[in-house]
Amino acid sequence: MRRAVLRRVNPYWLMAVPAIVLFFLFHTLPALEGVFYSFTDSTGYGDWKFVGFENYVNLFSDDSVLHSYRFTLGFAALSTVVVNAISLAIAVCLTRNIKFRGLLRGIFFLPAVLATIVIGYVFNFLFSSGLTGIGRSLGISWLSDSILGNPHLAWLGVVLVAVWQSCATTIVIYMAGLQSVPGDVLEAATIDGANSWQRFWRITFPLLAPFLTINMVLSLKNQLMVFDLVVALTGGGPGTSTQSISYLIYHNGFTGGQFAYQSANAVIYFVVIAMLSLVQLRALRAREVSA
Amino acid sequence: MNATVRRRSGWLLTGLLFFCSLSILAPMYLTVVTALKTRSDAGSSLWGLPHSLHWGNFSEAIRVTHFWHALGNSLLLTAVVVVFTVLTNSLVGYAIARNMHRRAFRGVFFYFLSALFIPFPIIMLPLVKELSRLGLDNLGGLALLYVVYNLPFNVLLYTGYMRTIPIAIDEAATIDGANAWQRFWRVIFPLLTPANATVAILTGLSTWNDFLLPLVVLSDQNQYTLPLTQYAFQGQFSTNYNLAFSSYLMAMAPMMIIYLLAQRWIIGGVANGAVK
Repeated sequence: MRRAVLRRVNPYWLMAVPAIVLFFLFHTLPALEGVFYSFTDSTGYGDWKFVGFENYVNLFSDDSVLHSYRFTLGFAALSTVVVNAISLAIAVCLTRNIKFRGLLRGIFFLPAVLATIVIGYVFNFLFSSGLTGIGRSLGISWLSDSILGNPHLAWLGVVLVAVWQSCATTIVIYMAGLQSVPGDVLEAATIDGANSWQRFWRITFPLLAPFLTINMVLSLKNQLMVFDLVVALTGGGPGTSTQSISYLIYHNGFTGGQFAYQSANAVIYFVVIAMLSLVQLRALRAREVSA
Repeated sequence: MNATVRRRSGWLLTGLLFFCSLSILAPMYLTVVTALKTRSDAGSSLWGLPHSLHWGNFSEAIRVTHFWHALGNSLLLTAVVVVFTVLTNSLVGYAIARNMHRRAFRGVFFYFLSALFIPFPIIMLPLVKELSRLGLDNLGGLALLYVVYNLPFNVLLYTGYMRTIPIAIDEAATIDGANAWQRFWRVIFPLLTPANATVAILTGLSTWNDFLLPLVVLSDQNQYTLPLTQYAFQGQFSTNYNLAFSSYLMAMAPMMIIYLLAQRWIIGGVANGAVK
């Protein structure tokens, strides 16, 4: 009897429905719950009551929240630009006529297979002991103390490690893009008298636009979510100078009794990420061309 | 003459790239030598080679952090997640790709797609409550979450790849008497091998290296994965960097070994995953 019913249902639905149900239960439902609790004063346990938009109003006058947005947005913007500039340059070099291409590509991609948290701990030590030793022996004063201990410079330390790791994947994607540029177009340009500088900026770079779009969107989104590196490098410090948004939500949401308040913060965070991604996608898509 | 210039610039560029690669190799070198030094050795010269190879750091790190246990957890978790992600996500991708002309399936497609924009922190706080209520705050729950959370990206990837597989293949199988399930497992799934490899590589890397999800989901320290173990033992490590670095090195080693053996597939998989 049950088998007969199953046989009449479209089999494609049987393939998709369990996944849809599980996805709703473990992704959509908690997200909706988060939005719901953002209108309450819940601490994560015990009684709660509705407070309307109070959490949202308070967020905009909360220095630690505003600072976390300033830090995260500044960090993500700078990292994204630097990662893409460096990666494009290295990818161009790697696709030229060089020796040991496989080995070099292998080295440049290595950071992508390592756990970010572990890389963070290695660099933490590098900043605190490895570089300060060099700084002291060379008499460079700003290198003599760990930049992670300096409230004004610590964020640059996080940028540096983020760039160190993120370049790996970005380089590989740009290399795929560079290899897709048709050779005959470049050859035609050479015959027309274009030098290699002109060939790159007039032909290769415009044709790379789809890859630039992918890399900019992926980098920005990844950097906006920065969490592991903050934990391993600074723990949000010194003070709260490098608290990223996701670190603040994690830290105060779980241990600070701010369950509802940080849920409201997460809703704003979602809106910011969605808006930035869409704006960026539109702006970059507009300038894509095809060969 | 032109050829000579080009050959010379090739070597020049190679040299430049090797110089740049030092920025990656230097921290790796520091990790290896620090892991092999005694504390006094590291204190006297940080960047120098160790006076004698001090393997004792490793055995102590293995003992202190319960390395074999954490390694087992990470291996089991990653293996289960990779296998189930490939098997289930491809099936869902197939169901959606072959029904994109139906409004309901298109709706499911955009439902998964829109989830790509939702940052994890908005889910994190209520999720932890839900998991402990369901008794899923353990490795099993973690595996389930990874397989489910991989859906949006993989549905996008599989439906994209499925477009290159002609529908005539499905039709031929139907004429031969195969139902939808047989069509998928016997005919389509084997044709998906390049996409499956990409998904397996991306899933393997991200699961093995992930920190945030195990951090919020796992409640029992016996179930900690390797990255989480490094975090959990920071207190013990802070006084002994050489012990810490041998632990970091062992945490990185399995993936580095796999990378050495399968470099080309891993790089290819990551590039395909982003471009498709």
